Amino acid sequence: MERIPVLRMGSLLLITIQVDMHDKLALQLQDDVTNRIAEWGSKGVLIDISSLEIVDSFIGRMLANIASMSRVLGAETVVVGMQPAVAITLVELGMSLPGVRTALSVEAGMELLYGVGAGFRTGSEDERDEA
Amino acid sequence: MSDLAEIISRNEDQIRAEWIRDMGTSVQRADLMSKTELNEQCKTLLGGVVQGMKSSAPSDIKTAGWTTVREFLEGISASRARQGFSPTEVANFVLSLKPPLFIAVRHDLNKSQDKMFDTLRDATDLVDALALLTMEAYIATREELIHRQQQELMELSTPVVKLWDGILALPIIGTLDSARTQVVMENLLQTVVATNSRFAIIDITGVPTVDTLVAQHLLKTITAARLMGAECIISGVRPQIAQTIVHLGINLEDVMTRANLSDAFGLALQMSGRAVVRKTAATAESKGILAGPMTKQEK
Repeated sequence: MERIPVLRMGSLLLITIQVDMHDKLALQLQDDVTNRIAEWGSKGVLIDISSLEIVDSFIGRMLANIASMSRVLGAETVVVGMQPAVAITLVELGMSLPGVRTALSVEAGMELLYGVGAGFRTGSEDERDEA
Repeated sequence: MSDLAEIISRNEDQIRAEWIRDMGTSVQRADLMSKTELNEQCKTLLGGVVQGMKSSAPSDIKTAGWTTVREFLEGISASRARQGFSPTEVANFVLSLKPPLFIAVRHDLNKSQDKMFDTLRDATDLVDALALLTMEAYIATREELIHRQQQELMELSTPVVKLWDGILALPIIGTLDSARTQVVMENLLQTVVATNSRFAIIDITGVPTVDTLVAQHLLKTITAARLMGAECIISGVRPQIAQTIVHLGINLEDVMTRANLSDAFGLALQMSGRAVVRKTAATAESKGILAGPMTKQEK
């Protein structure tokens, strides 16, 4: 059966979605991610959706679910590389994914997860100190 | 029906001469069209009318027999609309055909009153149908013009400018409606991807009023940008607008807002770990100058 690979990179999980998501695939991914976090004790999950061009409310909810589940298991989730059309669709569907962190590129997402850029979203205390 | 067609073709030259005279100064705009051109147009129209009436009554002006007249009239009114004729002038072009037609009918049919009445009714129907057609074409052209201008305005007024590496600015001028928000949103998000920018400043200095709808559109744009991993800062909030927002109970708690573009730019610089430092006193005062005005405004 077709499934989305979940790669391990140190304490991170790396997931690149390169095929059209259908509901079964999404549920399988949800299963895989939670199992891997428990198994490897990962601290962060990075989901790259830059190749994803079509979303529906189910996929949107799945992304939010993975983020919430990972948080329960002690890992932070970052969704990176969302296409403009996808972002507009999700907003029009009324899904703003409040619990999900986002970044423009894999690089920015990594920074966020490793805590280098921590705080750039909410405040700037750390950055001001560094500067 | 053939009565009217016959009368027209028999008295064509006379009708045309009187028609042009009747149009008088209202349609004969020497500055916009020459006399020979007008004469030519009248000739074509009368010829077409005679031909059309041979196939069907003027009340069936939408049928195939009238295609020539229809296309010709539509062409004339469209070109007049673009040339800047007023609606009255355009309508009068056809309406002033009525008196000469009536005179010709009376002259030819003064023997039988019944026949004259019927033919006059046909003539009225004909001229009214032609006039309606003319006005419809005129208005269609004007509407098309307005529509095109609207579109041009929309595209003109939503530029996305790059302020710094990774910082975009989006000055919005004019009212934000749904269609415009869509354009703004798409423009912004595409530029965010293209320039890999982490911050976008939406400047609403040029937005005259902010009501709940505009606020909702803004929030949508901000949410979409956030989903892609970019942060939005709203700047250019005038005091009245700030008051309106609070009175309307719009929740902008989660959105970063600043009073002017320069403050927002400072905030974006600061959040991306940059600082503007004066060159001469760089070493001595860098700590103090570093984002000085911003620190005061931070909560």
